[in-house]
Amino acid sequence: MKRPERRLRRFTRAELAVHHATAALMIICLVTAACLYVPEIAAAVGRRGPIKTLHVVAGLALPLPVLLGWASRAFREDVRLLNRFGRRDRDWLRGRPAAPGKFNAGQKLNAAFVAGAILVMFGTGVMLTWPGPWPDRLRTGATFVHDWLTIAILVMFLGHLWFAMRDRGALAGITTGTVDARWAARHHPAWDAVRKH
Amino acid sequence: MTSDDIEADGSGAPVGRRIVLGMLGLGAAGVAVGAGLQSQVNRALAPIGGIIPAAGGFRYYSVVGDVPPRGERDYRLTVGGLAERPRTFTLADLRALPQTRLTRDFQCVTGWRVEDVAWAGVALPDLLDAVGVADGATAVRFRSFDGEYTESLTLSQARRRDVLVATEMLGKPVTHDHGGPVRLYVAPMYGYKSLKWLGGIELTRRVVPGYWERRGYDVDAWVGRSNGRSDEAT
Repeated sequence: MKRPERRLRRFTRAELAVHHATAALMIICLVTAACLYVPEIAAAVGRRGPIKTLHVVAGLALPLPVLLGWASRAFREDVRLLNRFGRRDRDWLRGRPAAPGKFNAGQKLNAAFVAGAILVMFGTGVMLTWPGPWPDRLRTGATFVHDWLTIAILVMFLGHLWFAMRDRGALAGITTGTVDARWAARHHPAWDAVRKH
Repeated sequence: MTSDDIEADGSGAPVGRRIVLGMLGLGAAGVAVGAGLQSQVNRALAPIGGIIPAAGGFRYYSVVGDVPPRGERDYRLTVGGLAERPRTFTLADLRALPQTRLTRDFQCVTGWRVEDVAWAGVALPDLLDAVGVADGATAVRFRSFDGEYTESLTLSQARRRDVLVATEMLGKPVTHDHGGPVRLYVAPMYGYKSLKWLGGIELTRRVVPGYWERRGYDVDAWVGRSNGRSDEAT
């Protein structure tokens, strides 16, 4: 008889909620951005007034999931782990044999990029939504940063999806919150949940 | 692997925080110097300007879902309100009026500008003379046949020779995406005054703020002297 696979809890409901809410808002921002910005899509979709409102509201809300998530101890612990890069992360990034903890160095870099990108897009987005106090030079500068960072975000977003789709274990972790213990031991051997297991 | 076994998860340098702070610094620097960089990027990408949206040129803005195309057979411009001889113009009627040509820049309030755009059509004062301005009229209201967008000018603004009921742009009939077959071109003002898909002109007793003006834009939209901007005049 086949033994039932053992599951480890990787994310609590709060951690999943932060991820999913951030992802949903990010997708709204990217889709509405395409409707406002890419000439062919803008010509097909139109409706500039309501789409602009949706883009601005979703953008302003983008930092909220993380701020609310701070109430969760599990989420704060994730942020602590994501922030720290140790010897195993340097090995992982150099392609050497490495034993990642709960997050590998790629996941850590992605998290830092997303956090930085949300803050920069929030700041420049506020400048563009309420341009009153800013001279033209800074408005154009804010447009420049907002435009080009969008392209970087799109590339990172697609890369993030690509890696997630290729790893069913990781995908199960972020959708159900639990992972197969053997998958965890292979991919995240230094994760405390694996070590205690 | 021994070091990995010893090192606790979550030990090491706060690289994540450094990345976030670095991005904030880069973002602030980009806001400070981006205006200069963007114009260099525009020049560098000019040959493929049609491919990359950020590389300059016109951008397409519409406030409705889709606009029914109108052409030679079904296009009508109704001019009424406080007019002495209200009437409806076809494209042929507009061509029969005196034609005005001018080449001026198009400046959007969001910052982009297209230089030296050739426009042709009927100067608005000539059209107003054709219908006669009745007593009491102090403003002109424009309606787009998209069913939503409106704009207006004071009567003295509307009598300027550089305000055009444009039927040609860049040497060709105004295309549908650019607001054709007939659009307004208000040379000295920001692009939102240059209403697309012009369907109606009404002489009114007072200025009625337009679509974006009800959403916070200045009613008098002089380039470089409104909306808190200081662009060079067009």
